[in-house]
Amino acid sequence: MPAQVPLSWYLILSAVLFATGAAGFLLRRNIITVFMCIELMLNAVNLSFVTFSHKFGKVDGHIFSFFVMVVAAAEAAVGLAIILTVFKNRATLEVDEISSMKL
Amino acid sequence: MDAILFLIFAAIAVGCAINVVLQTHPISSALSLVGVMVALAVLYLLLGGPFIAAVQVIVYAGAIMVLFTFTIMLLNTGAESPQRRQALRTAIALPLIFSLAGLVSYLAARQADSTSVVSFGDFTGGDPHTFGYALFTTYLLPFEVTSILILIAIVGAVVLAKKEI
Amino acid sequence: MNFFVLSLIKTALVAAVLLTTLAYLQWIERKVLAHIQLRPGPYRVGPHGLLQPLADVIKLVTKEGVIPANVNLLFYLLAPILAVALALTSVAVIPFGPQVEIFGIKTNMELAGLDVSILFVLAVSSLGVYGIAIGGWASNSKYSLMGGLRSSAQMVSYELPMALAIAAPLLLANSLSFREIVDTQAGYWFGVIPKWNIFAGPFPQVLSFIIFLVAAFAETNRIPFDLPEAEAELVAGFHTEYSSMGFASFFMAEYANILTVCCVATLLFLGGWQPLWPSAAGSDFVAPVLFGSAGLMLLFHAVQAVRARKWDRFSFPVIGVIFLGLAAIFLIPVLKPVLVPLFWFVAKVGILVFVFIWVRGTLPRFRYDQLMRFAWTSLFPLAVVNLLVTGLIVALAS
Repeated sequence: MPAQVPLSWYLILSAVLFATGAAGFLLRRNIITVFMCIELMLNAVNLSFVTFSHKFGKVDGHIFSFFVMVVAAAEAAVGLAIILTVFKNRATLEVDEISSMKL
Repeated sequence: MDAILFLIFAAIAVGCAINVVLQTHPISSALSLVGVMVALAVLYLLLGGPFIAAVQVIVYAGAIMVLFTFTIMLLNTGAESPQRRQALRTAIALPLIFSLAGLVSYLAARQADSTSVVSFGDFTGGDPHTFGYALFTTYLLPFEVTSILILIAIVGAVVLAKKEI
Repeated sequence: MNFFVLSLIKTALVAAVLLTTLAYLQWIERKVLAHIQLRPGPYRVGPHGLLQPLADVIKLVTKEGVIPANVNLLFYLLAPILAVALALTSVAVIPFGPQVEIFGIKTNMELAGLDVSILFVLAVSSLGVYGIAIGGWASNSKYSLMGGLRSSAQMVSYELPMALAIAAPLLLANSLSFREIVDTQAGYWFGVIPKWNIFAGPFPQVLSFIIFLVAAFAETNRIPFDLPEAEAELVAGFHTEYSSMGFASFFMAEYANILTVCCVATLLFLGGWQPLWPSAAGSDFVAPVLFGSAGLMLLFHAVQAVRARKWDRFSFPVIGVIFLGLAAIFLIPVLKPVLVPLFWFVAKVGILVFVFIWVRGTLPRFRYDQLMRFAWTSLFPLAVVNLLVTGLIVALAS
């Protein structure tokens, strides 16, 4: 076993996490779980940013992932407020049943 | 040592990520996602980013996911009911997902030259001093724009969640 | 010496002392509360109830752990473990004293020296909310659920003013490591007033210290902000359905959190292990004088013991001799560089813990909407203003 980790291992891990998130996004029906799968994909991308930051010896990748986190926080605030409103109006969280624009 | 730590936390991250997708109850998914985030924070530490690792835990695991857990507990809708044509959907989705993961992994492994390795302590530019300096000089405009974005998000959340203003 | 062996010894030492302290904090709290309310407090088990914690531990461990019907078993069992593990983790980065050399071994008086130790404590404490929230949700009881919901909203809200209050002394020290923050607070104004952050000139950090303490009360779910476990409305809040070790774990987590916030407040605002006045003026001898006079006083009272309390004739001399022994230990030159800073650190933390108990014995509970309004409309703007003023002063000074 090598003492150091090849860069590609981190990138492969990032790809696997992203694919898992995409799978959840497609397969799950609960709107909150779908939302969480989006967060999982964002996390996977963040890992790539930090890995490249290490490769190029610059801090820029960290700052990118920092911005991703900030945007994710804003997204969570608005998204969860929307989910609350949807649940108040329709009493369900299944995405298939929220298919019509009119109540 | 590096490789062992990487393998342990990568395994935790992947296991928790798969659990996020497999669990039918949203709160199990949420807690698994917290596991993914904490494991990723440890990997950030190995990559020489103590500050971003701390922010990952404080903001992602400690604030965003608490908000998710809070919403799930507030709505308390219980587990997801079984889907219509579950087998068909899974049969179509899984090969696509595996091919996506395989393709991206293959490209990543081919692009990254085999000489570039990650070893702990190689990169020390992720400390709070360097990070803060870059954030408030090179990236000042994005920083200000993001703060406005957050303000908009706060207003939007209040408007959406409140019945009458 | 080998790094691993040294770390193991330090970990064992800290763990043993910490767990004993946690057990005795319960006794101290009951005693202080009792004396505030003019009661004797625990008195039956051992002299002055000193063995009460032991009895409590035996009782809690041997009790049957009742698992209520229809709980989510995995999360029900996971929640107390999560709470207590996270509460104990943050002690790892807290320094109890300066770098010391004892018997030729140089070591820092902490378990793990991180460059970002304050961020580590913030991160671990922000995860601590999961233990309470999950415990409340998994119990399948509406009181527990209400308690869990309240606590997660409250802890997320009060984290903001807390972080902003912490940021002000960080600006003054220009560092995120506890050790460096304490080192910048060494020295004395005019040779008398310590240069701690609450006495920092030109803008003393009194306001941020108060904001930090208020937020700490809310973060640790203590009176006046103990809405998550308000007995009058929620039975016992998030731990209503827990018994035996589950209950004990939540209890331990609460006390460990109190200790942690008191340590952080001491390190950030009260100068950590820096003594109150210079050692040239004899601050090294405070501990032996204090312990020695306490021992002598006990011996004096043992001679004159009241007839009604005849056990005092035996217990007072024993405790008095123990105190005299402590005073003698502080005078041993080899141990002096370790024990004197430790004494000052523990004394400051002890005073803060006393304030926590004092407030519990004095103040009534807030209403929930008052609690939230207080965080967002008073504490938060105040913390922002304080941070802006501190930032301006630091910018002007440099």
